[in-house]
This record gives sequence, structure tokens and C-alpha cells, in this order.
Amino acid sequence: MNNSSTKNGSRNAGRTIDIVNKGLKRRYRKEKRFRLYGILSIAASAAFLAFLLTSIVMNGYSAFLQTCIRLDVPIEAGMIDESNPKRSDFQGIIKSAIREYYPDVTERREKRELYSLFSSGAAYQLRNNVLDNPPEAGATLSLWVLADDDVDMLMKGHMKRDVPESERRLNDRQLRWIEKLENDDRIEKRFNTTFFTSGDSREPELAGIWGAVRGSFYTMLVTLALSFPIGIAAAVYLEEFAPKNLATDFIEVNINNLAAVPSIVFGLLGLAVFLNFFGMPRSTPLVGGIVLMLMTLPTIIIASRAALKAVPPSIREAALGVGSSKLQVVSSHVLPLALPGMLTGTIIGMAQALGETAPLLMIGMVAFIVDIPGGFTDPAAVMPVQIYLWADSPERAFVEKTSAAIMVLLGFLIAMNALAVVMRKKFERRW
Amino acid sequence: MSPLLLLLLLLVLSVAGYIMGQQKALGLARKTGGTRNLHSLPVYYGALTALWCCLPAFFMFLFWIAFEQSIITGLMAADLPEEALALPAARLNVLINDIQSLAGGNIVSGEVTPLMQKAASHYLSLKGIGQMITSVIVLVAAVTGMLLVHGRIRPDMRARNQVENAFMGLLVVCSTIAIFTTIGIVLSILYEAVRFFQQIPVTDFLFGLEWSPQMAIREDQVGSSGAFGAVPVFVGTILISAIAMFVAAPVGLLSAIYLSEYADRRLRAVAKPLLEILAGIPTVVYGFFAALVVAPLIRNSGAQIGLDVSSESALAAGLVMGIMIIPFVSSLSDDVINAVPQSLRDGAYSVGATRSETIKHVLVPAALPGIVGGLLLAVSRAIGETMIVVMAAGLSANMTANPLQAVTTVTVQIVTLLVGDQEFDSPKTLAAFALGLVLFIGTLFLNIIALTVVRKYRERYE
Repeated sequence: MNNSSTKNGSRNAGRTIDIVNKGLKRRYRKEKRFRLYGILSIAASAAFLAFLLTSIVMNGYSAFLQTCIRLDVPIEAGMIDESNPKRSDFQGIIKSAIREYYPDVTERREKRELYSLFSSGAAYQLRNNVLDNPPEAGATLSLWVLADDDVDMLMKGHMKRDVPESERRLNDRQLRWIEKLENDDRIEKRFNTTFFTSGDSREPELAGIWGAVRGSFYTMLVTLALSFPIGIAAAVYLEEFAPKNLATDFIEVNINNLAAVPSIVFGLLGLAVFLNFFGMPRSTPLVGGIVLMLMTLPTIIIASRAALKAVPPSIREAALGVGSSKLQVVSSHVLPLALPGMLTGTIIGMAQALGETAPLLMIGMVAFIVDIPGGFTDPAAVMPVQIYLWADSPERAFVEKTSAAIMVLLGFLIAMNALAVVMRKKFERRW
Repeated sequence: MSPLLLLLLLLVLSVAGYIMGQQKALGLARKTGGTRNLHSLPVYYGALTALWCCLPAFFMFLFWIAFEQSIITGLMAADLPEEALALPAARLNVLINDIQSLAGGNIVSGEVTPLMQKAASHYLSLKGIGQMITSVIVLVAAVTGMLLVHGRIRPDMRARNQVENAFMGLLVVCSTIAIFTTIGIVLSILYEAVRFFQQIPVTDFLFGLEWSPQMAIREDQVGSSGAFGAVPVFVGTILISAIAMFVAAPVGLLSAIYLSEYADRRLRAVAKPLLEILAGIPTVVYGFFAALVVAPLIRNSGAQIGLDVSSESALAAGLVMGIMIIPFVSSLSDDVINAVPQSLRDGAYSVGATRSETIKHVLVPAALPGIVGGLLLAVSRAIGETMIVVMAAGLSANMTANPLQAVTTVTVQIVTLLVGDQEFDSPKTLAAFALGLVLFIGTLFLNIIALTVVRKYRERYE
């Protein structure tokens, strides 16, 4: 830079500052540009997050509403089986009620098209209603029954009415029937309780997230019950007792490496060891929980060690000074002080496990399961897997179900992380 | 007795053992004049009794749980009539599965024959006998252990040391689980992969250029020649990971630099949680987003400028994966940049460098090993990422470097090969484990390099 090592010293200093000043503008411009890149990259992340969340919410909020049709169901004598009401032909009763409302539909094919506007779950709704309070013969029940998912999509505006008939799943005739319902105020969107109370289904209007929530709950319970004690024990040993030798180093290398192993590899392990070797039942929260435990263990161990490290040595020395054994020092002084930090780490690990999908696919948790699981060895789906399954389904109505399921899952994750943050704030101690 | 009930009973017995041990110690203390004459505090005598009560019994229980299924199935299969045992192995397996589901009250794949009925009831009775024997053995072991220790409690018994040794052992066992997990991963994947390589030569797998793992069900089927050349799969993996890193590396690094060098506390208080949220979103959500929003977006904008973009383009999956990795890169680089001593910055400022010059010429070179290590970890993350590519990338193994075409990755292939019906003797299923082996070794290699580099780097400035 300094090319003027001339004889004239007094002017030399001025020249250098000139050179510096000349370059200054350019350098400041560069500085500004660099700063801009930084802001842009943060803004890009923020914009993407906003884009993702809005598109999920925009796609999914409508799933919390479900189109229902008010159907007057006349109960005539003999329709309900007196001796065993459960075995009455509820499907037939619903069909006759539909026919009654549309007296001009007579042709067989048209009738089938007409019935397809109503969900096959309508018969179950009627059944539950009849079983709860048996109606007298001659009475007319006024029921809000579920509409088919195509009707639902039409009412929510995902299916356009003004496109040519061949491009919609409902034909013009069916649209006219729906218009009749609309004119009579017999069709409206109501809060979708089915979504929060039932398990999976092939029919979008009958599919719900509750089965997956229960499955996730059992899986997380297994994961928590195993990984919390084991993780803490491992962390305590490595941090407080382990001698500095090759074996300890080997354990540490293993833990650090396991934290970075792709999650699907844990699924392969679960498939080969737990399912094929030990013969444990497929698709169950028990196996899922164990696999996720192995996966989250490194996270919990690493967080717990950090929490133990944060406890100052003076605590240990004081306890040793009054005659505690080493294990007593840890169990009655260090551990209680480190526990909040450990719990925070565990919650974060659990949140990770709750969102994990890939290893569970390997151990058969992708099966189509309608029943709501009632225990650790019942076949179950978990929330992320349910999202994956719905995302794969071709029906348009499953798009909004998927987004809604994502919102539920994100809700749980946010709650867990918020809990972790609150715990950290509340119990964090600075020494 | 059901396993859960047995465990509960074991717990109750242990509590009883604890109380008994403690009471006996207290009694001894009273006789000899105060607890100070005991070697240990009374709780340790209780704890020792409880430990002897539950630990041996619990291990027996675990052993049984682990092998129950295989032992009982083996016994039941051995007792099947001749005509069933003469069936081919695959049919026999189906039969055994059917019998088990029949016994469990589940749906059976075929018709229920009297043979199956009989076998199922035999299975159930075997299971009952097994459970009974276990319950008896476990409970006897528990009570014996408890009484044995209880009888030996003396004032000079070193109860505390024994309890502490037991706990120490427990801690050691817990900390070695990581090792066992690694060994389990290696052995299980290696075992199946070796079986695969017995059928398909290693060189064909590693260097073959065609991947179509469909195996024929019938001999004469069209397109029945399964080809297991994995190079196109590797190429696809590398392509998608490269796109992801192309997004994540600059954005992640620049955000980390900005946040640690420029941002004031308010911006940091907003931006850091924001990145954490991005990191906390499950990958299945990213996958859904990539398939539903990003891929159509890219395809439509490509169509507008006259480009033919596949609807499962590598670009869509790679872009979204890159965004997923941004927080990972940025938090790792953040740690690394913060570890650079302040004196280096001050030195640069003092000779008149601007902030960006300090960063470019001093900070980044100083932090380079750490940054490279972090990027390597991110690459390993990208290679192992599954859900985004399963949902947004394709299945066909094209060998191309064109990001607008569909490619497939190692993880996608593992998932497609293993989800659904599995036969553990066809190369199709075993190929997944061979791919898994490559994935594991590849990421292991990257991780070890990265972790060593990062550790060395940290030690330099500590």
C-alpha cells in the first residue's frame, strides 16, 4: 500500500492518510454491503418461516370446520330392531330419509350419486343417537350428519363451481342438489369434533388425529421413562466419577457420534434387533419408544453434563468436607442443583423425539390403524407418521387434514419448548 | 401373571424389603445404643435389602421378556403336526404368524383351520405356563434375596459401601449404553448387508450404474432383473445435499456472523429464537411443505420461462433441506466465532480495519477449522435427512447433475425398500441394509473428521 518510501518524510505522512482517505469510501461501501448480506440472510430465514407457517395455517385452518347437512330422519315402526337396536339397518334408514327429501330422484344411478353426498359416517351418527335416546316410532329425528369430503371441499371453496363439469368431482346434478340444501339452510360448516376424537380413516371426513395423539403419548411415555434415568445416570458417571482413560474417551466419542448419526439408521437398528431378533410386536409404541430413546439419549446426556458442569466445585468440596461420601455428594447436593438444567435438556430431547418420523417408518409404524391405541403394545400411529400418511393420500380433503395435524403437532412442540424456556428462566442459577 | 402386575409386585416387595432392612438396623441400633454404633445409616441397610430383592429378580424378568417370544414360538412350531412342518419355509412362517394372531385375537390372513385352532390354543397354554414359571422364579428370587440380606444385617455390616458399589455399577452400565447402541447398529446392519453381498457382489453394488431393485415374483416376469448398482443413488444424494449446502452454508454463516458481530441485543433476542423455531420444526413438516408448496412453485415458474421442471425436482427438496439446515450451520458457526478471542478483533480494529475487514481477514481465517467442521456436520446431516426427500424427491434413480430433474437418495431408497411387506431373504429388502451401511459409514466418517477438527480448534483457543 505504501509505495512512497521517499526521502521527503514530512509530506509522506500526509500522502498515506490521503491514500487511506481515498479508499475509505469504498471500504465503507463494502462494510455496508457486508452488513446488508447479514441482514438479508436473517431476513431470508424469517421470511421463509413466515411463509411456511402461513401456508400451513392457510391450508389447515378450514379443517377445524366440517360441512354438515341437517337431515330429517323419520323413524317408522319396525325400522328400529326392538330386541336388539344395535342391529337395525341404519344405513337404510339414512337412505330412506335422503330419498324422502329428494322425492324426484328415482333412477338408480342418480340415487347412488345422491347418497354419495353424505358421509358413510352418517349411519354411525344415527346409530349413536338412537342408542343414546331411543326414539318412539313415528318420531322424526333432526340430525346434523357429516357431508362427504367432496361436498366439504365444495363448501370450503377448494372446488370451483364454475369450471366445466368434467374438471370437478361433483357433477352438475349433484351441485343442484347441494343448492337445494343451501336454499333450505340445511347445510353449514360446524366445528369438527370428529377430527379431535377419532382415529385414522380412509374417508377424510371421518379421519381424526386423536388416535395419533394417543399413540404419540404412549411412545413418548416409554421414551421418557427410559431415557431420563439412563441419560442422567450416564451423565453423572461421565461427569463426576469416570476416570480419565481410554474407555471413558471411547464412551464420549460414541455419544458424540451417536448424536450425529442419521435417525433412519436407528430405525434399521430397531428393525433388525428389536423386531427380528427379539421378536417384539411391530407398529407398537413400545418398540417406537425404545428406538426413540436410543436416538434422544445422546442429546439428554450432553445437556445433563452441561448442567452438572455448571454446578461450582465449591459445593462438592463443602459436602466432602463435612464427611459425605462421593455418591452422597452427588445425590444430595450436585444432582438437586443440576436437575432443572437436566429437565430442560430432557424436554428438548422429548420435543425432538415427538417430531421424529424416519426411524418409526422402519419399525412398521406406518400401518393404517383405525383403532385408538389403548396401551403400549397396541398397534399405533404417532403424529408425525400420521402427517406423512395423510400427506401421501390423494384426496384433496386430506391436504387440509395434514395441515391441521401439523398445527396440532406444532402446538405440542411449542408448548414443550415454552415449558423448557420457563423452567430455565425460573430455576436457572448463576453462581 | 401379567408382566405389569409382576413388576408392580416386585416394587411392593422391594419397598417391604427396604422397610424391613431399615427396621432391623434401627432395632440393632437401639440394642447397642444409638445409630452411631452402626457402620452405615439405617437407610443404607434398607436400601441394600431392597436392592437384593429387586435387582436379581428384575434381570431374570428382563431376560424372559427378551426371549419369551422366540422361545415360545419355537416350542409351538416344534409341536406342529408333520404336514405343517413339511411346508416350505415361507409358508410355514405365514402359518406361524397366523397362529400367533389367532391366539392374540387378531385378524388372520387366511381361513382358520382346525390345525391352527389347536396350535393357537397350544400356543396360549405354553404362554401361560411360561408366564407362570417366570412369575414364580422371579418372586422366589426376590424373596430369597431379601431374606438373605435381612438375615445378615449386623452393626458392622458395610451397607453403605455395598449400596454405593451397586449404584456405581448401575451408572457404569447406563453410560455404556451408547457403546452398545453403536455396536448394535454396526452388527445389525453389517449382518444383513453381508447377506446382501453374498447375493450381489460388492463391486456391482458400489460401482454399478443401474438401480432398479424390483425383483421378480415369478421367474418369467418382464423387467425381473433386479439391478443393484448404487451409483445413481449416491449421485442423487450428493446432488441434493450439494443444493442444500449451497443454500445453508452462506445464509447460515452470514446470519451467525451478523448476530454475533453486528446485532444489538434486541435483534438477537428476536432472531435467535426464530432460528431455534426453524430448527425445531419436524422434518415431516418441511417435507409436506416442499411437496405441496415449493415443488409446484418451482415447476410453475420454470414453465413460465420455458424450462421443463420435474414435479419432484432435486431443486425443491434441496432448497427446503437447505433451509432446514440453516439453523444448524448458524448455531455451530456462532459457537465457533464466539470462541475467537477478543484480542484478535481488538488488534485488527487498532490498525484501522473496518468491522467487515476484521471479519473477513481475521475472524473467519481464525475460525476456519471450526467453521469447516461445522459445515461437515451439516453435510452429514443433509445426507442422512430422510423425510424431506421421501416426500419431495423422486423414486427413479436418474444419474444426472441437473437440479431440475427428479433424483433419488439413499434414504429414500431405504424407506421404499423397507416399508411395506418385507421378506428377509430377498436382495430387495437386504439392499436397504447395504445402503444403510454405506450411509452409516459415510456419515460416521464425516462426523469423526468434523468432531476432531472442532475439538482441536476449541483447544487452540482455550
